Amino acid sequence: MAQTRVFIIDGTRTPFLKARGEPGPFAASDLAVATGRALLARMPFEATAVDEVIVGCVIQAADEANIARLVGLRLGCGLQVPAYTVQRNCGSGLQAVASAAEHIQLGRAHLVLAGGTEAMSHAPVQWNAAMAAWLGNVVSARGFTERMRALVRFRLSHLQPVYALLLGLSDPLVKLSMGQTAEILAHRFGVSREAQDAFALQSHRRLAAWFDAGYAADEVEALYAPSGKFYTEDTGLRRDTDMAQLARLKPAFDRKYGQVTSGNSSQVSDGAALLILASEEAVRRHRLPVLGEWLDHAWAGVDPRQMGLGPVHAVAQLLTRHGMKMRDLAQMELNEAFAAQALACQAAWDSADYARAELGLDAPLGAMEPERLNPEGGAIACGHPVGASGARLVLHLLKSLQRKGGGTGVVTLCIGGGQGGAMLLRTAENAA
Amino acid sequence: MSVDTATVIRPIERTVLRHWRLEFGQIDSAGRLVGAAPDEEVAFLTLDVAGESANVLSREVMEELDRLLGELATRHLRGVIARSDKPSGFIAGADVREFGKIDDAAQAAELARGGQQVLDRLAGLPFPSVALIHGFCLGGGLELALACTYRVALDDPGTRLGVPEVRLGIHPGFAGTVRLPALIGHLPALELMMTGRAVTARRARRLGLVDDVVPERHALYAAQSFLTRRPKPRRPAWYHRALGLRLLRPPVARLLARRLRAQAAPHHYPAPYRILDLWRNKASPATEAISLGELLVGRTSRNLVHLFLLAEELKRRGRTHRHDIESVHVVGAGVMGADIAIWAAAHGFRVTLQDQQPEILARAVGRAYKFFQRRFKDERLVREALDRLVPDLAGHGVRRADLIIEAIVEKAEPKRELLRRVEALARPHAVLASNTSSIPLETLAQSLRDPSRLVGLHFFNPVARMQLVEIVRGKQTAEAVLDRARAWTAAIDRLPLDVKSSPGFLVNRVLTPYLLESVKLLEEGVLAPVIDRAAVDFGMPMGPIELADTVGLDICLSVAETLAGPLGVPVPAELREYVAQGRLGKKTGRGFYRYDAKGRPKLGWRARRAPAPAHVPITERLVLRLLNEAMACLREGVVAGVDDIDAGMVYGTGFAPYLGGPMRYAQSLGTTGIGHSLYRLSQEYGERFAPDPGWSQPELLLRHATPA
Repeated sequence: MAQTRVFIIDGTRTPFLKARGEPGPFAASDLAVATGRALLARMPFEATAVDEVIVGCVIQAADEANIARLVGLRLGCGLQVPAYTVQRNCGSGLQAVASAAEHIQLGRAHLVLAGGTEAMSHAPVQWNAAMAAWLGNVVSARGFTERMRALVRFRLSHLQPVYALLLGLSDPLVKLSMGQTAEILAHRFGVSREAQDAFALQSHRRLAAWFDAGYAADEVEALYAPSGKFYTEDTGLRRDTDMAQLARLKPAFDRKYGQVTSGNSSQVSDGAALLILASEEAVRRHRLPVLGEWLDHAWAGVDPRQMGLGPVHAVAQLLTRHGMKMRDLAQMELNEAFAAQALACQAAWDSADYARAELGLDAPLGAMEPERLNPEGGAIACGHPVGASGARLVLHLLKSLQRKGGGTGVVTLCIGGGQGGAMLLRTAENAA
Repeated sequence: MSVDTATVIRPIERTVLRHWRLEFGQIDSAGRLVGAAPDEEVAFLTLDVAGESANVLSREVMEELDRLLGELATRHLRGVIARSDKPSGFIAGADVREFGKIDDAAQAAELARGGQQVLDRLAGLPFPSVALIHGFCLGGGLELALACTYRVALDDPGTRLGVPEVRLGIHPGFAGTVRLPALIGHLPALELMMTGRAVTARRARRLGLVDDVVPERHALYAAQSFLTRRPKPRRPAWYHRALGLRLLRPPVARLLARRLRAQAAPHHYPAPYRILDLWRNKASPATEAISLGELLVGRTSRNLVHLFLLAEELKRRGRTHRHDIESVHVVGAGVMGADIAIWAAAHGFRVTLQDQQPEILARAVGRAYKFFQRRFKDERLVREALDRLVPDLAGHGVRRADLIIEAIVEKAEPKRELLRRVEALARPHAVLASNTSSIPLETLAQSLRDPSRLVGLHFFNPVARMQLVEIVRGKQTAEAVLDRARAWTAAIDRLPLDVKSSPGFLVNRVLTPYLLESVKLLEEGVLAPVIDRAAVDFGMPMGPIELADTVGLDICLSVAETLAGPLGVPVPAELREYVAQGRLGKKTGRGFYRYDAKGRPKLGWRARRAPAPAHVPITERLVLRLLNEAMACLREGVVAGVDDIDAGMVYGTGFAPYLGGPMRYAQSLGTTGIGHSLYRLSQEYGERFAPDPGWSQPELLLRHATPA
C-alpha cells in the first residue's frame, strides 16, 4: 500500500486543573468535548468530515466506557464516525497520535481527531474485594436465616476504601510507586535535592513567562464550568514559589529519607488535549493550513523499577533510525514526570557507560541542551493528566517551534510499567 | 407496524368514515396487528382528522365517534384501543376556530353537553378501553382519554398532557372538571386546570394521569395488555381524596382563590375562578357545560381566542419557507445576547457565543446551565444542550455559522464596525442579523458590501417568556433573507412579526410614550407604586416604572433618544441623570426603585399603602398615550394591520391579554370616543395628547392585510 505523508493541522488543550482532593468540575469527556469543539470550530470542514476519533485515557470512568466514542458523538462527528480509546499509561495521548498517524500513513483515514483526556480527580474510590464478596453473599442469600448468617460476616475492615488513583500510580509487578522509581533514578545518577528543586522552579518560571507573553492563547482554550466559573490558565502553576519554599517540602514517597517531593514532581491534574491529523489529500481537499508533519515514533521497554529511563531508549532508537544527533534537534519536549527522572534521562544520554552498556552505542548521544529542553516548562508546572500529556507535548512542541521559526523536534515520555515513547516531528516550514 | 389487511379489516356496514378508522384483531408479541378469535378481538379506533396536521375534536369528529361507539357497544370484544395516526400527537383539543361561530351561551352549552354524552358512551362501553397517547393530548383530547378505562403514554419528551382551556378564557367542557379530580385527586387536578400547564409523560405517570409510560416499541402491546389483564383502575391516594369532603371544599376553595387573585384579577380572567366554583359546588357535567357556554361567549374568552389565532397566524407565516440554518453565531454575551444563544441552543441549534471577556462568557454558561436544568430536568438533555452552546472567545464560529446575530452595545458605530468585520469572515449565504432595539437598519447596513443580507431580529426581555420577535425589514433587506429570518424564528418557537425599520420599530415605539407618561406622572409627584398599581389593575403584567427598571434605564434612554426627534417628545432629565449615575435599573440594583437581592423592588410601608390622587386620571393618561401611538404606527404602516399591532403588543410586552391587544381594545371603546378623550386630555395636559389623525380614518381599522 502506498504511504502518504501525515500532517498535523492544529490542536488545542484545556487549562490543566490541579486535583484538590475532591472531584473537579469536569468529567474526562467534558474536558475533551470542551477543547474539541473549540478546535473543530477553527477548522474549515464540518465535524462530520472526520474519519476517526482516537482518544487516550488511563483511568476511564465506569460511565465513560470507550470514552473516545462518547467524545466523537458529543462533538457532533456523527453516528458513522468510528472511535476507539487507547491505554498505554502515561503514553496514552502519544499512542493516540501515533495510531492516528499510522492509519493515515496506510491510507485508511484522511482526517483523524486524536489526543487524550484524563480527569484524575474523578478516579474512583472503590470497595475492597472483601466488601464486594460480602455484598455478593448478602444479595444472593435466600431465606431469612441464610441472609442473617451472611450479614453477620461483616467486618469493619470491609470499609477500607481502595483508591484507584493510588493503584494506578504504582507498579503492579514491582510494587513501587512512581515516585519511588524516581528516587531510584536520583540515587543511581546522583541527582541532588537542590538540582531537582532548581529544575522544578525553572519549570514554573518558564511556564509563567509563556502565559504572560500571551503565547498560550493559540494553544489553550478557556474552560467554562456550569457553575459560571472559568479557567484560562493551568491552576497548578505557582508564580510565587522559590527555592526556599521548595526546600521546605517533605518527601512524598520515601517519607523519611527521600528527595522526591510534591514540589519537584508532576501534578495530579484534569485536562485534555486534541489534535487534527490529516493526509496530503485531506490537506488539499479542505485547503488546510499545516502546522507540522509527523515523521516517526518509537517505543522502548525498560526495567519497571526504573521506568523513568524509558525516554533514553526510545529517543536513542528514533535518532539512530534516522541517523540524527541530539544537536540536530531544535527542541525537545521531555515529559517532566519527576525532576529527578528528567535529569536522570539527561545524565544517561550524556553517559558513555550507559550508551555502551544499555543502548549498545559506541558513543553517547549527549544530553539535550537545557535551553532547548522544555523551554516553556513542563508537567511539574502545568500538571500531568496522564492520558492527555502525550498529546499536549506534540501540540506544544509544534506550536513552540513554529513561533520560533520552525525546525525538527522530539517529544518523549516515560511510561509507568517500564516503557518509553518518542515521536519525531517537524514544523510546516521544514515540512515542504 | 404492518397490518395484514386481508384478514383483519372488516369495515362497519354502511358507515362512511372520514376521520376515524376502525380495525379489529389483536397485537402479537412482535407488535403486529393480526387476526384474532372472535371473543379475543380488540377494536382499534384510530383518529386521523382529514385535512388537518393535528387531530382536533370538531363537531363532525365527535359525531362520527358517536356512531362508531354505538356500533361497538353491540359487539362482544375484549376491549377498545383509541389512538391517533398523526405524527404530531393524540388530540390537540377542541377546534378553536369553531368557537368564533358560536354566539349564544345556550348553544355552546348544548354543544358541550353533546360532547359529554359521546364521552359517556365511551366510558359506558361493556368492555374496557385504553387511550394510547403520544405527542399532544390536550383539552378535549385529554378529556376523551379520561373517559377511557386506562391511559398509556409514550415515553418521549414530545408527549404532553394537559387541559389548557383556561388560557383561552374557558374551562374543560367534556366533564373534565369532574373526571380529572376523581382520577388524580383534587389539588393536582385543580392545579392542572387552573394553570393550564401541560405535563410530560413521566410527570403524568407520577400524577396518576396515565397508567403506564412505555417506549414506542411496546406501545400497542402494552395498551392491549391492559385489556387482557384488566387491572383495577387507579384511584388517588387517600390524602388526595380527603379534600373532596363536602365540608372541606369551601375553605379550600377560598384559600386557592386568594392565591389566585395574586396572579389574575377575577373580572379580567373569570375562568380559573369558575373552575374553583364548579369544584366547590361539586358541580355536575351539566353545570359545567352551562358555565362553559357563558365563558365562551364572554369578552375575555373571545379576546384570548383571537390572540391564540393571531399567534397561530404568525407561526404559519414562519412555516412558509425553509430557514436552512444549522449553526448560529451570537456576538455579545450580555443578558440579551446570552439569552438568545441559550434559547437557540435549547431548541437544537449549535450556537457559538462570542464576547471579549471570558468572565462574561462564563456568566452566560452559568445562566445556560440553570436554564437548561429547569427546562429539561433530565441531566442527559442538559448536557446535550450545554454541548451545543459553545463559548467562543476568539470568534471562530463566525466563519461556519448560517446565521450571525449581533447583540452588542446599543450604539450605531460599534455595531456598524462589527457587522463590517463579520461580513468579511462569514459564509456567503449566511444571514446577518442585528438585535438592535431602535437603530434603523439602513444605518447599520451602510457598512456592508451586500446590505441586502442584513435583517433585524429584535427579541424581547426575557426571551424565555416573551414570545415575540420583531423581524425588522430595512429598505435594503432582501425578501429571501426575511423569509429565512421568519422561518428560523418559528423554528425556535417564537412568533415572527414583520415590522418596518422606522425608529423604535413597533413595540418600543408604542411603549415609549406610555413609559414617558409614567415618568411625567412621577415628576408631578405621584408615587411610583401608585402609578404601577394603576397599570397592573388595568391588566398590564407589571407597571411602567418597574418595566423601565427591568428593561434597563440605559436601554430606555437610548430608545427615547432615538425616538425623541421623530416623535417630537422630550427625553426626561431624570432618565439622563440616573443613567449618568449608573442607576440602570434592576441589573444594578437601583433605578427608579431600589431592588433587593432577589430583584424585587423594596417598598416602604407608606409607599405600599399610598392612595391614588383623586384628580389625576393615571390609567387614562398612560393607556391613551399608548393607544395613540399604536394608531400612529398603524397609519404609518409600521406593521401590515391592526392584528399585527395587537399580536405585537401582547406577545412582546404582555399588554392586557384579556382585552385582546390595544387596537381591539380601542375598537371596543369606539374610535370616536378615543379621539374625544385624547382631545380633552390635550386641552388639559398639552400637545402630547393630540389625537393621531388615524382616529378619524375608520378605514385604517379594516387593515388586516397579510404581508407580502
